Amino acid sequence: MNGAPSEGLNLLINSAYLVAAALFIIGLKGLSSAATARRGNLYAAIGMLVAVVATLFSWEIVSFNWILVGLVLGAGIGVFLARTVEMTAMPQMVALLNGFGGAASALIASDEYLRFAEGTLSPSYDVQTTIMLSLLIGGLTFSGSMIAWAKLQEVMTGRPITYPGQKFVSAIVFGGAVLLAGWLVAVDANLSWFVVLSVVALVIGVMFVLPIGGADMPVVISLLNSFSGIAAGMTGFVLDNNVLIVSGALVGASGIILTQIMCRAMNRSLTNVLFSAFGSQVTATGGAGQDGKEVRSLTPEDAAVLLGYARSVIFVPGYGLAVSQAQHQVRELAELLESRGVEVKYAIHPVAGRMPGHMNVLLAEANVPYPQLVEMDTINPEFERTDVAVVIGANDVVNPAARHDQSSPIYGMPILDADKARTVIVLKRSMNPGFAGIENELFFNDNTRMLFGDARKSLTALVTELKSGV
Amino acid sequence: MGEALLMSLYVFVLAIFVGFEVIGKVPQMLHTPLMSGSNAISGITIVGALIVAGRVESTLSIALGVFAIVLATVNVVGGFLVTDRMLQMFRRRPEEQR
Repeated sequence: MNGAPSEGLNLLINSAYLVAAALFIIGLKGLSSAATARRGNLYAAIGMLVAVVATLFSWEIVSFNWILVGLVLGAGIGVFLARTVEMTAMPQMVALLNGFGGAASALIASDEYLRFAEGTLSPSYDVQTTIMLSLLIGGLTFSGSMIAWAKLQEVMTGRPITYPGQKFVSAIVFGGAVLLAGWLVAVDANLSWFVVLSVVALVIGVMFVLPIGGADMPVVISLLNSFSGIAAGMTGFVLDNNVLIVSGALVGASGIILTQIMCRAMNRSLTNVLFSAFGSQVTATGGAGQDGKEVRSLTPEDAAVLLGYARSVIFVPGYGLAVSQAQHQVRELAELLESRGVEVKYAIHPVAGRMPGHMNVLLAEANVPYPQLVEMDTINPEFERTDVAVVIGANDVVNPAARHDQSSPIYGMPILDADKARTVIVLKRSMNPGFAGIENELFFNDNTRMLFGDARKSLTALVTELKSGV
Repeated sequence: MGEALLMSLYVFVLAIFVGFEVIGKVPQMLHTPLMSGSNAISGITIVGALIVAGRVESTLSIALGVFAIVLATVNVVGGFLVTDRMLQMFRRRPEEQR
């Protein structure tokens, strides 16, 4: 394994990389369809194993001790995280892993630059440029993901953090980073300014995510996902390694696709999501609905009667379901209703929760069969024929203002037509507005009843009532 | 712009198109697994980390490399395992699980 580069060995390693790249493509293809998803993930994992093992045979690697330490430590942490993470905490987990990938790419770029500064390497301008890109994108992916993690974990406020002149300052910092990177490429190795650029990259990531609110996290996470791929791809340019380039590009593309889907589900452009600090102000009252009207609440007993004698019920879960970890209680209630002959479905909005597909994962954990989870366009015509819609911790995605109130910040966003059901029961902790900070006229409708309290407790109460024979 | 960079760009751009084509229309229930699975693939940067950490270099250089290996390995192992954990929960009928 040691010594001079052998051409045969190199060919073998590169062939293994080709196999790995093909396995990644097959894996991603599998991951985009329900029947093949698990196998797809396995193929991709095998591809990764092939790439790692092949790399270990590279002539460049002469010392294995530290590599082993790194691999064992990383694998240990990875297994621990994957085994113990709660399904409700999955958005944070994805953010964390994204960040780690970005950081690794930035570190590799730094290592290459260090060699340049130490005089063991004299990279061309091309390579130096990709080193800078890898550092910048990897660094901002890391710090941006950490801020996203902190927001999701509620270590810090999930509301947008803004200050006057924010966009101007951000533009200056970003422009400065580009200039500094360009200058670093032009001049001889300069380690101190390279360190400055690394810090600036981290600052950009922080400035990028700070003004984005919790409700827009699905977009941010998808975008950071894309960035982590592009950072890996740039590292491939640095090391002239095709498997890195191909995989990075694939992940970059998949992240962009998800980002687009999320933006479309909110009827907002990417720039609007990133720069409008959506939800920073709580609008007092907007438009029709609330004027002089009061919400009507009901007791769990009344709600149980409504549900028990309904023919059809649609559950509409939102982020509140994840917060109170009530997914198992929903499933229990749904099964109880089904055993009484009630037809039960779940309506899933694409951006319900804090990451793409958040609700699907939560309900799957609670053993809800996935054909019961219906996507927005399919379920919307069914609300009219539904006796009871039960909104659990969802808010903006069922706000009818999106359909008609042009003054509403969410006007034009496709919503679930829960308000069209004969009766709507809203499970909600209090009358606080949702994450986007907008009053919801659904709560004031004549056919809406509020069931106040923690979602899990309310659902448990409903189950008890139904069991005690309504 | 050097020949080598151009070839790399070719590969990069074509792979992006492959990504768009291959993933295409993803059902909503697979949004999270697709994200965490592709996230694990972006841990391919581990290959770079291995090369960088395995070279005979200064202590600082090795330290950077090993740190990169740890982070990338967490990304890879955690990503694939958690994706599998999610996917095995998806069932068509409830009976399949009990």
